[in-house]
Amino acid sequence: MSDSALQNLDLSLPAFAMQGLTKVFGSGPSRVEALRGVDLTIPAAELVVLLGPSGSGKSTLLNILGGLDSATSGSLSYFNLDLAAMDERQLTQYRRQHIGFVFQFYNLMPSLTALENVQLVTEIAESPMDAAEALAMVGLENRQHHFPAQLSGGEQQRVAIARAIAKRPRVLFCDEPTGALDSKTGRTVLNVLQEVNRELGTTILIVTHAASTAAMAHRVIHFADGRISKEVENDQVLSAADIDW
Amino acid sequence: MLASLDQKLLRDLWRVRGQGLAIAVVMAFGVMLMVMMDGLINSLSETKRSYYERYRLAQVFAPVKRAPKHLLQQISDWPDVTAVEGRINGGALINLPDETIPIRAQAVSLPDYRAPRLNDVYLAEGRRLDPTHKNEILLLQGFANARGIKPGDHLTATLNGTRRSFHVVGLAQAPEFLYTPAPGEIVPDDKRFAVFWMSEDALAAALDMDGAFNEVLLTLPLGANSAHILHQLDQLLMSYGALGAYTLDDHLSNRFISEEIQQLANSNQVVPPVFMGVAAFLLYIVISRMVQSEREQIGLLKAFGYTGWEISLHYLKFVLLIAILGALLGCVLGVLGGRGLSGVYQLYYKFPFLLFRLDPATVISSLLVSIMVACTGAAWVVQRVFALTPAQAMRPPTPTDFSTSLRFGQGLLAKFDQPTRMVLRTLNRHPLKTLMSISGIALGMALSAGMLNVLSAFDRTLAFSFEQVDRSDLNVSFVEPLGPDSLYYLARLPGVLAVEGVRDVPAIFHFGRERYRGAVTALTPAPQLFRALDKHSQPIALPQQGIVLSKALAGQLKVQTGDTLLVDIRQGRRPKLPIQVAAIAETMTGAPAYMDLNALNRLMFEPGRVSGAHLRIDMHYAQDLYAKLKDMPAIASVNLKNQSRQAMEKMMDEGAGATRYVMMIIAAVITFGIVYNSARIAFAERARDLASLRVMGLTKSEAAFVLLGELGIITLLAIPLGCAFGYGLSALISAGFSNDLYQVPVTVVPTAYGSAAIAVLLAALGSGFLIKRDLDRLDLVGALKTRE
Repeated sequence: MSDSALQNLDLSLPAFAMQGLTKVFGSGPSRVEALRGVDLTIPAAELVVLLGPSGSGKSTLLNILGGLDSATSGSLSYFNLDLAAMDERQLTQYRRQHIGFVFQFYNLMPSLTALENVQLVTEIAESPMDAAEALAMVGLENRQHHFPAQLSGGEQQRVAIARAIAKRPRVLFCDEPTGALDSKTGRTVLNVLQEVNRELGTTILIVTHAASTAAMAHRVIHFADGRISKEVENDQVLSAADIDW
Repeated sequence: MLASLDQKLLRDLWRVRGQGLAIAVVMAFGVMLMVMMDGLINSLSETKRSYYERYRLAQVFAPVKRAPKHLLQQISDWPDVTAVEGRINGGALINLPDETIPIRAQAVSLPDYRAPRLNDVYLAEGRRLDPTHKNEILLLQGFANARGIKPGDHLTATLNGTRRSFHVVGLAQAPEFLYTPAPGEIVPDDKRFAVFWMSEDALAAALDMDGAFNEVLLTLPLGANSAHILHQLDQLLMSYGALGAYTLDDHLSNRFISEEIQQLANSNQVVPPVFMGVAAFLLYIVISRMVQSEREQIGLLKAFGYTGWEISLHYLKFVLLIAILGALLGCVLGVLGGRGLSGVYQLYYKFPFLLFRLDPATVISSLLVSIMVACTGAAWVVQRVFALTPAQAMRPPTPTDFSTSLRFGQGLLAKFDQPTRMVLRTLNRHPLKTLMSISGIALGMALSAGMLNVLSAFDRTLAFSFEQVDRSDLNVSFVEPLGPDSLYYLARLPGVLAVEGVRDVPAIFHFGRERYRGAVTALTPAPQLFRALDKHSQPIALPQQGIVLSKALAGQLKVQTGDTLLVDIRQGRRPKLPIQVAAIAETMTGAPAYMDLNALNRLMFEPGRVSGAHLRIDMHYAQDLYAKLKDMPAIASVNLKNQSRQAMEKMMDEGAGATRYVMMIIAAVITFGIVYNSARIAFAERARDLASLRVMGLTKSEAAFVLLGELGIITLLAIPLGCAFGYGLSALISAGFSNDLYQVPVTVVPTAYGSAAIAVLLAALGSGFLIKRDLDRLDLVGALKTRE
C-alpha cells in the first residue's frame, strides 16, 4: 500500500468493516483468546459505545482499530484500505493523520503546558486546527498555559480530548475516558465528545464500563467473552447532559 | 524458605541486572584501586622498611675526597651517633667484549675481615668475597641478569685509568641500590649501569686510598638532630674535601622509592573516592526510581501492616547486595592488579622479594566504605518510603509539576518545537540530577583526560629533553677535569663532527634557609649541542656574571630572577660564591643550574678546564669511535643519548604506559555507567509518555529524540566540563608529582582530551543504541496500561 492511499479514502464506505476478527495472546497454557471472531461495521460519523465487562475484548478491539496492535486473523478495513496489511511505518502515518486517542489516565506530557500538549500534535498533523481553538472547544481557553500538574482530572482529560481532536482526526478512540473522573466532571467530558462528533463529524468509539453512557450513542455494541453479544442502534440519542450516571 | 519480600528482592535484582551490574562494576573499580594501591603502599613500605633494617642502611651519608681512617673513631665518639662505617667508592667502567661502549659502574668497598657495620649487601647468588683473593667481586644482580653474567664468570673493568680483571663470585643487591639509574638519568636501565662490591684493601690500592676512606656512613638514635650532625660532619671533613653530608631522605634511590610510595598514597586519596561518589549517585537514582514506581506496592505493604523500617530495609538490602557484589569483585580485581603491578615495580625497584600483601583491614575497610556509599545513596530515598501513607500511595500520582521549575526564557523556548521543549524542561525540572549526571560524566572523562594528558606530555618531555635541550649524539665525562687540549683531541677522532666542552662541578646551593645539593653545569658560550632553554624553547644566553637555574631548582630554593644565591662549590679550591640568578630555564628532568664555562673557571681559578664533552658524530664511524673511546683511560664514561631515551621510552611502554589503556577503560566504564543508567531510568520513567507519543503518531525516531536528546545534551555539556576538570587534574598531578628529580609538565595535549572525549561519546552512543533498541521494541498497549 502506498502512502498516498491514506490521502485517497473512499468516504462513501463505512469507517470500519471487519469480518471474523480474532486476537490470541500467548500460546500453550497461557493462551488467551481476546477476540473470538468479531463481525462488525461502523459507519462514518457515528458515536459508538462499546460496553462489556473487563476482559470481554472491547479494549483489544479498540487497540487493533487504532493501529496499536494487530489482529491474529480476519479482515479489517478502514474505508477502502486494508488495515491488516499496513506495516509499522504506515500504521504510524495512519495514527498521525487520521486517528485521535483519549485514555483513562489522560497521558499528557507533564513537561508541556496545556497549549503545548495540543501543539505537540498540531506540529506534525497535515491540516490541524489552531491549538488554542481546540482548547476553546473543550472550554479551557483560560487554562492554556497551565501544566498538567496544575489542572484537575477533568481538565486534564479535556486537554487530552483537545489534543486528540486538534489534528481533525477522522476517528477518535476513547478508552474509559471518564474512568478516573467523578460523575459531574465525567458528564462534562462526554458532552465535549458529543459536540466534537456533532460539529466535526468525527467518528467516535468509546469503550466504557458505564452502561448509562449508551444512551448518548448512535450505536451500542455489547461485548462478552471476546464476541459481540448484542448490537443496538439507538433511535433516539440523548444529550450527555441528560443521561443518568 | 525466603520471606516474600526477599523473593521480591531477588526478582527485582534480576530485572535490573544490567543496571545493577553497571553500578557494581563502577564500585568494583573504586574498590579495586583502593585495594590495589593500599596493598602496594603497604607492601612497598613494609618491604622497604624491613629491607633497610635487615641490611643496616645508613641514615647519614657524607662523601669526601679523601679522609684518614682515624676520623672514624672521632665520629663514633660523638654522642648522637649509634654506628659509623667508612668506605671507599668510586666510578669504574666495565668492558664487556660484546659491548662497543664501556658501561658505567660504581665500585663499593666491603671490609675484608668483618661484615660491614652499615650498608650490608644481600647475597642473591654465589658466595661472599674471600679476603685472600683480591680480584673477587660481587656484582649487582640486576646488571648480571641483564647481561647474562653468572658467578664464576670473569670481567674486566677500568678503575682509576687502569684496566683490571675481576672474578665474579656472587650476585648481590643492596637497599641503597633499590633504584639504580645511571648517573644523570632518572630511569634505571639494568644493562647500562652496574655496581660491584670488592675488597676494601684492593679498592683502596686501586683508587690510592690506603688508610683512607671517601664516604662516611652513620646511623643516629631515634630523635637525633640530623641537621646538627650534618653540620658537624661538614665541619670535620671540610679540609679533606667534603662534598656535603646528606641524610637518607636525600639519598637518590631512597628518594625515588619514597616518592613512588607517596604518589601512590596521593592517588589513593583522589581516584577511588571519585568512583565511589559516582557509584553512590547511580545507586541513588536507581533506588529512587524504584521506590517511585513501586509506591503503590509500598502503600499496599503498609496497609498490610509492614512498618516503614521493614520496607526500607527491603530497599536497603537491594543496594547493599549490589554494593557487596561490587566490593567483592573489586577485592578480587585489586589483588590481581596488585600482584601484576608488584611485578612491574620489581622491574624498576630491586627488592630481593616483593610480595603483594593484602592487609585484611583493607578488605574490611573497602567493604565498609562500599556499604557506607550504598547507604548514602539509599538514605535519601528511604525517608520517602517513611513519608508515604498507604492512602496517598495508592492514589494515582499527580503528574510531575513543571510549573515550579526554573523558567527558561519564553522567547528562547518559543523557537523550539514541543519535543525539544520537553527535553529542555525535563533537564531543567531536576537541575540537581542533571548537574550530577553532567559532573559524573565529566569526572570520568577528567580522570582519563588528565592521565592521558600527563602521559602524552611525557612524550613531549622526551622530545624536549632529547631533541631541543640535548642535541648531541653522545657525551663523555672525564675521570678528572682536563685542559682544553682534551677537546681538540676528541675533535680529531674519526667521525666526530662537533665537540662542545662542559664542566659539571658538585655544589651546594644556599638561599635563606633553603639548601640544595646539586651541581653547576657550565656550558661553552652560545652552545649548539646542549643548551639552556626558556619556557618558549628559546636558548638562554648564559651571562658572564650570574647563574641560570632550572625551574625545579628555583622552586626548591624558592628563588626568583634577581635573587642572589650562595653557591658553595665542592671541587678545586671550593670557593663560596654569591651569584645572582640571571634567568630561569625550562627543564624536564633533574634540577640543573647553568653557568658560562669561562665564568665558572674564572671564579674557580682553573681556566680552560672541562669535565666532559658533548659530541655530534657521523654514525658511519660510530663503532670505530666507540672502540677508541673505550681505550682512553681519561674517559670515565660514555653515554649514548639514544640509549637514555630508549630506557625512558621502555619504562613508559611497559610500566606507566599500560596505565594509559587502563585510564581509557576507566573513563568508558564511568561514562557508560552514568549514561546507561540515566538513560535506562529516564526510559522507565517515561515509557508511558513515549508510548503516548507513538500513539499520537510520532515516529520511532521522533519519540526517541525526546529521550535521547536529553542524553545527548547531558553528554555534550559534560565534555567541556570534563576538559576543564581534566586540566585541573593534570595541574594537580603536575604539582603533586613534580619534584627536583623529574617534572611533570602541564602542557595541554589536545589529543589527550580528544581521546577522552571520544571514549565518552562512544560510551554515550553505546548506551543510546541500547536504549533506542528497547524503545523500538516498546509495547505500546502494555506501556499505556501502566498508570504511572
